[in-house]
Amino acid sequence: MDKKKLKKVFVQGAIPPEKIANSIANHQSKTNIGAHSIFLGQIRADEIDGKTVSAIDYSAYEAMAENVFHEIREAAFSKFEITCAHIYHSLGEVKTGEICLFVFTSSAHRKIAIEACNYFVEEIKANVPIFGKEIFEDETHQWKVNK
Amino acid sequence: MKVTVKYFGMIAESAGRTEEVLEVASGTSAKDLKDLQVRKYEISDAESVQLAVNQNLDSKVELNEGDEVAFLPPFAGG
Repeated sequence: MDKKKLKKVFVQGAIPPEKIANSIANHQSKTNIGAHSIFLGQIRADEIDGKTVSAIDYSAYEAMAENVFHEIREAAFSKFEITCAHIYHSLGEVKTGEICLFVFTSSAHRKIAIEACNYFVEEIKANVPIFGKEIFEDETHQWKVNK
Repeated sequence: MKVTVKYFGMIAESAGRTEEVLEVASGTSAKDLKDLQVRKYEISDAESVQLAVNQNLDSKVELNEGDEVAFLPPFAGG
C-alpha cells in the first residue's frame, strides 16, 4: 500500500476530550453503523516507592510505529467486520488524568465493535515501539514497561 | 561498512545519544552489534532489549551497508 495513505496516529501531547466528541459526531452520517466501541487510555498517578507519577513523556520509533499501526489496522479489518477504525496515541508529555490513547471502532453490531476495539488495544500495547518515561512530582523519572 | 544505529528510551539515556553511524566488520550480525553496544554503554537488562533491523524485529540477521539498526527497550504504549 502507498505509504502516503498511512493514517496519522500520533498527536503531540494529550488527546483533548473535544477530539473524542468530534469523532463521534463525524460518524452520525454513517447510518450503516449500529455500534461504536471506544477505549481511552488515561495517565494514572501511580505511587512507586513513596513517589507519585505526575506525567508520562512518550517517545517512539515513529517510522516503525506508523508501519506497525498500519499492519494492525490491516489485520483488524481482515479479522472483524468493522465499518471503520481510528487510533490516536500521544507523543510528548501527558499529565495524570489526561488521555494518551484513543481507539474508536464501529460496526453494524456491538460484539464486533467491542472485540475489534479490544484487539487494537492489546496489539498496540504489545507490538508498537512506543516508550514512556514516568515523571514523578519531584522531577525524577523511571521508564514504564507494559504488563 | 557503515550502519546507522538508533537508540530509544532508557537505552538512549544510557548511551547518551539517540543516533550514531558505526563502522562494523562484514559478517557482523545484529546480535553481535547488540552485545558490543550493551558492553560499551553498560546497558542494563539487556535481555529485554529488542533489535529492529530496517524496522524488522530480527536480531539473527547479518548486517549490510546502510542498514538502520534500532535498539528498542520494552514497549510502553497505551
